[in-house]
Amino acid sequence: MTSPHEQKKRKVSGSVVVTANRLGDGAVVYRTIDDDWTTDLASAAVLAAPAAAVLLQRAEADGVRAVGPYIAPVEFGADNRVLPGNLRERIRLAGPTFTLPGAA
Amino acid sequence: MYRYDDFDQTLVHQRVAEFRDQVGRRLSGALTEDEFKILRLMNGVYLQLHAYMLRIAIPYGTLSSEQMRMLAHVARRYDRGYGHFTTRQNIQFNWIKLEEMPDTLADLAGVKMHAMQTSGNCVRNITTDQWAGVAADEIEDPRIWAEVLRQYSTLHPEFSFLPRKFKIAISAAAHDRAAVAVHDIGLRMVRNSAGEVGFEVQVGGGLGRTPFIGKVIKPFLPKRDLLSYVEAVLRVYNQYGRRDNIYKARIKILVHELGAEKFGAEVEKEWATIKDSALALDPAVIADVAERFTYPDYERLEDNPPALARARQEDRAFAAWLDNSVSNHKQPGYAIVTLSLKPVGAPPGDATAEQMDAIADLADRYSFGEIRVGHEQNLVLPHVAQKELPELWQKLEAHGLATPNVGLVSDIIACPGLDYCSLANARSIPVAQELTQRFRDHKLASTIGRLHINISGCINACGHHHVGHIGILGVEKNGEEFYQITLGGRADEDARLGTLLGPAVRYGEVADVVEDVVAAYVELRKTPQELFIDTVKRIGIEPFKERVYAAR
Amino acid sequence: MQLVKSGRIVEDRYVRIADDAPIPDGVAVIVSDARFLANAGALLQRVEPVGVLWPNNRPIEALAPYLGRLALVALAFPGFRDGRAYSQARILRERYGFGGELRATGQVLRDQFLFLLRAGFDSFEVSKEGDAAAFVGSTRRFDVFYQPTGDGRATAFRRRLGRPPQAVPAGTRAHAL
Repeated sequence: MTSPHEQKKRKVSGSVVVTANRLGDGAVVYRTIDDDWTTDLASAAVLAAPAAAVLLQRAEADGVRAVGPYIAPVEFGADNRVLPGNLRERIRLAGPTFTLPGAA
Repeated sequence: MYRYDDFDQTLVHQRVAEFRDQVGRRLSGALTEDEFKILRLMNGVYLQLHAYMLRIAIPYGTLSSEQMRMLAHVARRYDRGYGHFTTRQNIQFNWIKLEEMPDTLADLAGVKMHAMQTSGNCVRNITTDQWAGVAADEIEDPRIWAEVLRQYSTLHPEFSFLPRKFKIAISAAAHDRAAVAVHDIGLRMVRNSAGEVGFEVQVGGGLGRTPFIGKVIKPFLPKRDLLSYVEAVLRVYNQYGRRDNIYKARIKILVHELGAEKFGAEVEKEWATIKDSALALDPAVIADVAERFTYPDYERLEDNPPALARARQEDRAFAAWLDNSVSNHKQPGYAIVTLSLKPVGAPPGDATAEQMDAIADLADRYSFGEIRVGHEQNLVLPHVAQKELPELWQKLEAHGLATPNVGLVSDIIACPGLDYCSLANARSIPVAQELTQRFRDHKLASTIGRLHINISGCINACGHHHVGHIGILGVEKNGEEFYQITLGGRADEDARLGTLLGPAVRYGEVADVVEDVVAAYVELRKTPQELFIDTVKRIGIEPFKERVYAAR
Repeated sequence: MQLVKSGRIVEDRYVRIADDAPIPDGVAVIVSDARFLANAGALLQRVEPVGVLWPNNRPIEALAPYLGRLALVALAFPGFRDGRAYSQARILRERYGFGGELRATGQVLRDQFLFLLRAGFDSFEVSKEGDAAAFVGSTRRFDVFYQPTGDGRATAFRRRLGRPPQAVPAGTRAHAL
């Protein structure tokens, strides 16, 4: 829950994923273990924070498919489901926290 | 309305072709994100939390019904069925794909709309009074000068890579509805002792991390010199503005560090060398721009027609709206109608495609096809015959556009906040939504009177919280949303920055605190006519502070 | 790096000389601002052309006394976001009537060529792949211009009134291709 610039400087501990926005449409994507991108958080590579640096480096080298990769925290739900680790990431995954105009 | 000609149209089309090429090079990988970012920003394209956002300019806040219908089309075809009107006479769409951006812009170009310089470190959309040309209290139509500046600043070869963004606003009325004091250059049209009309020039106003009220460096600038003087300001800024720190790069910091007097002297020195250059405005050029603004062929009508008085008597809801949302027009028998985009529980400034189409139709039927956008994120039908107000009101009601809260406590200005924005620290829109619920009772809101609440989700201050009568700033503390409250700011001709009330409060407490502040005001005001802002000015913030924090 | 001049990719006849290197005879040279100012008298006596690489944070006014004899001024773009040299270029061309070669060095993108041209640059050191070859196309994207600059292109303000291009300041050449 802070700007991308500060997001990068921030130390994230615990379990993390590498996330970015897809170049063509801006959709939120997560890095997979086989160096692909997915919109499905459950398919993302979940790593311990120190190990994520390498994954981030490889993601940064992929400048065409996704934009602005960074390391974001995740948590685990009761059923061991991967969940975003803070409000900003929850909003990125689920969309705005109110009903969108015209959708009601 | 201003009639764009072939020159303007050609340039807009050529810009779309250029941007299409730029997007193509990015998608192919020929451009890196670093390189593309400055190019996309100069064309209003941001990458936000969930998607790309496109910001489209509405020069000096004037829209035709045809243009409004195109915005509805863009909302439906390329977005999710709605758009967001901003505090700087722009509209933003939140869900447009980069791949479809060129087609979106090509559609917009068909009605002479564009996204040029709605972001980037260049001169942004020139803004002015949303009542320009119809306000009873204006010296002359400031849009002529906004248009001169629009042309001058579009694709300027020298000033497209300034240290930071650059915002210019113009006001020509006694009451400043364009917030000129918080702009990089604020122009107020004034009359000098010889009776000539010119500009008072303020520089270095702005909000953000380090807010400043603009300082007057030229009490009277003749019209002919507008462009050469603005060029001198921009040239001094381009060369000497700080580029070492993004937070110190706005012109306000340069003006502050040099002092307004020294900055003004530098501008004068530069200006002396270009004052009589090709930038000097020929009266024929000004006349040509002015002639392109067309005004409606008004009927000869009487003020306060009997039908209006009757409707007011018969329907209290209509009367409430009339008193709240309808203002004096300079033409007898006509009125300026503000359409509130702040219905209870909705995101401030949003309109659906259906509403946009409805507004376009109503503009054609009741306002000579013209619509305005104001910095409070509301819309205006600028030329409505008073006798037609009852009929218009019913149709606005049917589309949720007649909430009688203009200028009242629930007419909240809010930035997109953490729900959309990649820079935000905290949410703004849900805070605004909760506040509109708390103050949904029109009788209560009317008792409170004029009160502006401004909410920003981070220190960049897009919600102008510093100049809200009540300002709310979202900050982050240990991963949690907190909000600082300020009191006593204002953005008009008596512009000033608000004072911090005390320690930041949690998300869930904001609405309670605001209710407490408002309740304290109602108790403490001298008379029911004393506005909130005047009470704060008279007694300071201490009594409010005690009230709010004693209970917490 | 490729050099574009008059719209074409050309050989660079100038050699850039480091501050501690001797200045060779028989060749056109570009020296730093510090070296130039320290030795302006001697440098400008040379038979071969002399140019100076001027930083974008030093007032360009200091070059005024030498402009009549300088063959080239190179202005710096340390990053493509840093636009200070656009102002320096216009001051050189339009205030001082500098008629020599005005070169853009550093980070410039094809998307900026037209701005550079309009500000008075007439040669461009281009490092990004493909950009030099795209020069002509990139600078012909627009044929409507709203601002008067020393390039002499007529503004839309004047064309609407059917007037010829505004006069350019004395000593300024038209740089339009």
